[in-house]
This record gives sequence, C-alpha cells and structure tokens, in this order.
Amino acid sequence: MKPSAFDYVAPRTVADAVDALAAGAQVLAGGQSLLLDMHLQRAHPALVADINHVPGLDELTASDGTLTVGALVRHQTFESPGAVPGPLGDLFARAVVTIAHPPIRARGTMAGSLAWAHPASEWCALAVALDAVVELRSTRGTREIPAGEYFLGPFQTAREPDELLTAVRYPLLAPDTGVAFTEHRRTGFSFAQVAVGAALTVRDGVITEARIGLANCADRPLRAHAAERTLIGAEPSSPAFTMAGEAASTEDAAPVPEPYADVDYRRHVIAVLVARTLREAAPV
Amino acid sequence: MKITLTVNDAAYPLDVEPRRVLADALRDDCGLTGTHLGCEQGVCGACTVLVDGEAVRSCLMLAVQCDGVPIRTVEGLAGPGGEPHPLQRAFSAERGLQCGFCTPGFLMLAAGALDHDPRLGDEEVADLVRSNLCRCTGYEPIRRAITRAARDHQNGQEGRHRSV
Ligand SMILES: Cc1cc2nc3c(=O)[nH]c(=O)nc-3n(C[C@H](O)[C@H](O)[C@H](O)COP(=O)(O)OP(=O)(O)OC[C@H]3O[C@@H](n4cnc5c(N)ncnc54)[C@H](O)[C@@H]3O)c2cc1C
Ligand code: FES
Ligand code: FES
Repeated sequence: MKPSAFDYVAPRTVADAVDALAAGAQVLAGGQSLLLDMHLQRAHPALVADINHVPGLDELTASDGTLTVGALVRHQTFESPGAVPGPLGDLFARAVVTIAHPPIRARGTMAGSLAWAHPASEWCALAVALDAVVELRSTRGTREIPAGEYFLGPFQTAREPDELLTAVRYPLLAPDTGVAFTEHRRTGFSFAQVAVGAALTVRDGVITEARIGLANCADRPLRAHAAERTLIGAEPSSPAFTMAGEAASTEDAAPVPEPYADVDYRRHVIAVLVARTLREAAPV
Repeated sequence: MKITLTVNDAAYPLDVEPRRVLADALRDDCGLTGTHLGCEQGVCGACTVLVDGEAVRSCLMLAVQCDGVPIRTVEGLAGPGGEPHPLQRAFSAERGLQCGFCTPGFLMLAAGALDHDPRLGDEEVADLVRSNLCRCTGYEPIRRAITRAARDHQNGQEGRHRSV
C-alpha cells in the first residue's frame, strides 16, 4: 500500500516545528517507522512536519555528568563507542548493532524510537534502566518526564500529540561500571523477542549498584527492580546472577504471548538472558 | 510540490505529491526502473540507493525530502563508456545473482559501504549482507562478490602505489 495524501512542511526552527505540531502535524524524523506505519495505513496524518532541517537538533553533548541526545541524532552515531564518554558509550555501542540494519540505522533516530515506543525497542529499555529524562516542547512550554513515567504501553507515551521530543538526557555511568547488552531474536529481520541491557558497579567485592533494562518483556520497556534488589550487597557470582534472572523473569516481567513465543517460553528466555547479561557485565 | 531530484548527476525537475516515496519517484517519474520495490516496509532492501553517499531504503524516504540532494542508483554504477563497476564485475564472476531482483539493492548497499571503507573485512561484509534479503543465492556468492570487489579495489590501490 501507499501512504495516503498529506501536506508537508519542513520547519527551520524548533519554534516553527512546535507551531506545526500545534496545527496538528505529525513529526517526521528518520521516517523508518512513520513511513512504515503510513504504508500500512496505521498512520494517516493530514500534515507532516519534517524536522530534518532544524539546526541544533542533531547535537550530542556530554557535560556535567549528563549526556544530551538531540532529536536528530541517528542510531548510527552510537556505533562508535567513542561517541559517548565512558561505559555509557560502550553500552550504547553494544546495543545499537542489534537495532535493524545499517541503512535503517543511517536514518532512524534514538528520539524517534522513544517517540514510537515499540515494546521491543532497545533504546526504550535502556532509557528506563538508566533513568533517562525526556524533554518535550510545545507552544505551552517545555517539560521533562523521567523515562520511568513516560512509557504507558505499546506505542503509548505521556507525550501529548502537540509536543516535540527535543532531547533525551542520560546520567553518564561511572568509569568503573561494567556494561553488557544481549538479545534473542527469531531471525535477523525480527524485532527482539527479549533484549536485556545491564550496568553493574562492584566495589570492595560486592555489587553496589545494578541497572537492568528489559525490552519486549511486557507491554512497555521495564527496569527490573526486583532483580536489581537481589544483587545489591551480593558478590558478583554465577549463582547471584541466576537468582537475579529468576527474579526478573517471575517478578519484574509481564510477558505477553507472541506467535512464536508463549509466556512460559518468554519467561525462560528472560531468566537465561538476564543471568547471561549480568555475567558479561560483571567487571573482572 | 516542485522539486529537483539529482540522480547520477542528472537533474530531474518533478512535480510530486508529498506522499510519493523516493522509490516510486525514481521508477515512475524519472524512469529509472533499476531500483526495485519489494516489501515497501524497509525489510527486503531491494530499494536501497545512495542518498548523499549513504545507503538508505528508498521506500522509507519521501521524494520531497531529497530535493537537491545527490542520489545514486544502480544505473549510475557503470563507467562513462558503459564498462561495469568493479562490484558488478565481481557479482558476475562470483555468480552473486540468479533472478536478479535483489541485485540493485545489494550493489548499492555494497557501493555505499565500500565508499565509506574500501578495506571492508570478512566480518563487516557478513554483517552488511544481513541488511538485505535474497531468495535465490543463499547469500554466500553475494558475500564472496563484495569481498572480491573490496580486494580488487585494494590491490588496484596498492598496485598504483607500488608503481609510483
Ligand atoms: C526493517 C526494520 C527493522 C527495525 N528493527 C528495529 C529494531 O530491531 N529495534 C528497534 O528499536 N527499532 C527497529 N526499527 C525501527 C527504527 O529503529 C526506527 O528508526 C525508530 O523506531 C524510529 O525512529 P525514526 O527516527 O525513524 O522515527 P520516525 O519514523 O520518523 O517516527 C516514528 C514515530 O515517532 C514520532 N516522532 C519521531 N521523532 C519525534 C520527535 N522528535 N518528537 C515527537 N514525535 C516524534 C513520529 O511522528 C512517528 O509517529 C526497525 C525499522 C525497520 C524498518
Ligand atoms: S522495498 Fe524498500 S526495503 Fe523492501
Ligand atoms: S538473486 Fe533472486 S532474490 Fe537475490
């Protein structure tokens, strides 16, 4: 199918973009999900605002311990671990190669993934695990929402239709943080059946901080709080990681059945992947 | 909307609806039917072209987004006298195609990657080939063809350096 007819504007400033949204426009960022939705007739906006010509939205900056990712920073940027300082850059570089393919990563944006809010999105799971903050702008002003309160369900977020997602902010990870990202998918072309990202800090032989993000383990991205609690104060060991995997799978996750993965299977995969990710993340 | 597509260094002044995707504009408005459309969902990669030097899915871009931006399609690969591009020679030599439906997409995917990094290693080529679908070859010949083109390119470069 082809997209249905719409009007097209290409604003040159954030203010013009926000005005277009107030007039009912839908944002075109990388277009890698919007055009798909339009081909499938899942989206038929009357007005499309192409934000690709808004200067400044492509900025990626790190200062005062905070990483700010502008709305036009493409997936591809994060393939180089040096793009983002410290272990956060390492974690993003490990995660990004599991997102689609190079031609899609050349266009698609991290902010677009957060705006689209697919339950299997790798970026969305990392955003909740890392306490990211989403910056939203409209003609009414600017507000910030913690990622943990932003995702409401499949393709549903706290963003109002007239709000432009201008940036995502992440606290940088301490230099001694260990990170890992693993994913299980049916074929190279599928979205993740389960994806897990983890960041672990070990001091004096015990785990002092743990962050675990789960993609496609519920109707929205999750931070595995119950699993993290089992780890704090524990020694980094295989039994501890197995226990955390069990907690993630039975307490944190609320998997929905999919055509090739019923709930029992998904719980099994979650337990295995969480333990595996933690083992990989454990600083040696 | 009135736009000008610049495809393989030729200008195509067009009047298109905003909803026209780049792939349709190339095929139906510019008459460049070398770019194929398979899934129209970003999955198969048959529609891959270079936009501003970057391999992208032309089914997931609007033509109006490409006004004035250099585009390269499979028709632009051959040299001025019609001699095949090293990638095209390698695809032929390694039997990198059977029905040929996927071939323009794989060629442009590989052309973009080789432009960025002429020293593509085996692992990178294997990774790259995962971007597109081929229902005939089983991918191995395509992988060999891209590797061969990369190697020929390097040998060509080194040969030139040595002769200086
Ligand atoms: C074949 C294929 C495989 C894929 N595989 C994966 C995968 O494995 N994992 C994954 O996470 N994703 C995957 N994707 C999706 C891809 O990552 C998209 O790039 C991403 O979901 C959306 O980013 P975008 O910039 O392309 O957004 P767009 O397509 O431009 O927009 C998507 C939606 O978000 C809205 N939007 C975008 N930016 C903003 C903004 N700044 N403010 C307000 N609203 C905005 C749009 O209006 C639209 O509704 C895949 C896509 C394809 C085609
Ligand atoms: S037609 Fe564009 S990816 Fe299949
Ligand atoms: S050669 Fe037939 S699909 Fe690839």
